[in-house]
Amino acid sequence: MARKNNVNAISVNQGKRKITWKVIKKQKELILLSIPFVVYVLLFNYVPLLGWIMAFQKYKPQKGIFGSEFVGLDKFRELFIGNSDFLRVIRNTLAMGVINLVLSFIFAIGFALVLNEVKHKGPKKFVQTISYLPHFLSWIIVCGILRDCLSPENGIVNELLVSLKILDAPINFFTYKSLFWWIVGFANVWKETGWNSIIYLAAITAINPDLYEAASIDGAGRLRKMWHITLPGIKPTIFILLLINIGWVLNAGFEIQYLLTNGIVQSVSQTIDIYVLKYGISLTDYSLGTAAGIFRSLVSIILIYLGNLAAKLAGEERLF
Amino acid sequence: MKTVIKRRKRIDIGGLIYSFIIGLILTIFVIVTLYPILNTLAISFNDAIDSLRGGIHLLPRKFTWYNYITVLKKDNIITGFYISVLRTVVATVLQLSATALIAYVVSRKDYVFAKPITVLYVLTMYVNGGLIPTFLLNRALGLANSFWVYILPGMVSAFNMLVIRTYINGLPESLQESAMIDGANFTTIFVKIIVPLCKPVFATIALFIAVYQWNSWFDTMLYNRMNDNLTTLQYELMKLLSSVSQLSGSADASRVAAQSGASTQVTTVSIRAAATILTSLPIVALYPFLQRYFVTGLTIGGIKE
Repeated sequence: MARKNNVNAISVNQGKRKITWKVIKKQKELILLSIPFVVYVLLFNYVPLLGWIMAFQKYKPQKGIFGSEFVGLDKFRELFIGNSDFLRVIRNTLAMGVINLVLSFIFAIGFALVLNEVKHKGPKKFVQTISYLPHFLSWIIVCGILRDCLSPENGIVNELLVSLKILDAPINFFTYKSLFWWIVGFANVWKETGWNSIIYLAAITAINPDLYEAASIDGAGRLRKMWHITLPGIKPTIFILLLINIGWVLNAGFEIQYLLTNGIVQSVSQTIDIYVLKYGISLTDYSLGTAAGIFRSLVSIILIYLGNLAAKLAGEERLF
Repeated sequence: MKTVIKRRKRIDIGGLIYSFIIGLILTIFVIVTLYPILNTLAISFNDAIDSLRGGIHLLPRKFTWYNYITVLKKDNIITGFYISVLRTVVATVLQLSATALIAYVVSRKDYVFAKPITVLYVLTMYVNGGLIPTFLLNRALGLANSFWVYILPGMVSAFNMLVIRTYINGLPESLQESAMIDGANFTTIFVKIIVPLCKPVFATIALFIAVYQWNSWFDTMLYNRMNDNLTTLQYELMKLLSSVSQLSGSADASRVAAQSGASTQVTTVSIRAAATILTSLPIVALYPFLQRYFVTGLTIGGIKE
């Protein structure tokens, strides 16, 4: 006990240590090692922030950031006023972000709860291993597989729906605007459900087993134990992850939308990231692309901040 | 007495139905997860023209190696495979070493700059310049049209750093302290104490980096689209995918378009199936053995400070 106190005292002292030449000399090994890492992060992560200036300019590559003409908020006006493209892009991003969020939560939690009911170790491990598989496939592969499954020629989904008499003839799912968001949502569910359930399964193992025993003695069935013990037990985890993920809603959506889109569904498939890519890289309007990127970043930061604040107010563990 | 027996019997039946429903849900889950992959496998081993007739489900009807032979004869697939392996190996080694080193540096509670450096890195998780400034920077640094664009920009990820740092902080402090009292310097402590103890978390991060690298395609498209000798396997696969979607509509179109001229014909569908299987094989073969590592990593990552 005494020793423990002693150690604590030392670390408290060290934590409050002032930066003096003596300390710097003593820690020169650590400082020398840190320098390349600080330079690295400044160069690759902070220098690009200077590029935000481009959004307030009529940026010309040959003139550079320092020579281009400033135009104030013109580029932001261009985004919002006079054409509805960008507003539609925001709507798409938000809609797919929310659909993904809701579906992935329901499926991951549901899967974790159902899997937890399997008491035999072998089958449980087997299902779990299978469930991680799609996470390791790239979106390129998943989109290729998805196209095959939904294909009007020999696609399994069409075959099933026709044989169940739900459809009269095979349809091309990718030509229906109303289906695109849901295709993206369920593709996401297919790929990530197993992976997302890992954290819930870990949370379930932390629940005190005495609770289940007590409930059994009181005559609770398995379903009621799941509802009254397991679910409340992982509620804090669900809550924190939900709040965090709300912050990332606008970040959801580039690869799959980019890979699955086609001319017919373009109006519902284009996300902010794709818009940035289209205007910024393909049409080389760097200023407009950067302005769109800044808008997304600002909204994301506000959402992340609000999510964090809400978590704090709700008295849950803060995550960052 | 009678009532007790009756009730127990009813509970057993209820339990049986419950187990049956649980089993049913999980069986459907496994089928939905595996069927698309097994179907691709079957098509990749089935004669291309025969596949156009449809009806291939879990097993090939007319077995052939020809789809794989055709894929493996394509120069850009071979180069793509080589570049993918190279970037995965090089990035995993370099990025893991760099991340481990900086994670250890900031884990040292006595280090005066530990906190500022951590904050500098953590902020990058929330604020970044975005696609265009990053693209322009990488181009200005001469990384466009180069292999190093796959390695350098993601050298240290803040998330990975936090996972390793949290793990190091969880190790007993007395180990480092007694080594320091014995006069061990920074390098000795890192190599002799930290590295051996951190093997599990290093395995986790190595897996995260390797999977990310193996599956990347966007950086290839952005920076090395014009360099046939630097494109990755995933990017080559994407080109196959888009050629299929352009031709989708009639099966005949893809048959004609992909006619090889040889006696046996291939279609883009069958070639893509073979390429898909080849591309996913390395990771699919490996991940079951690394399960406990990524479960650990995610659990640590979930409770990051």
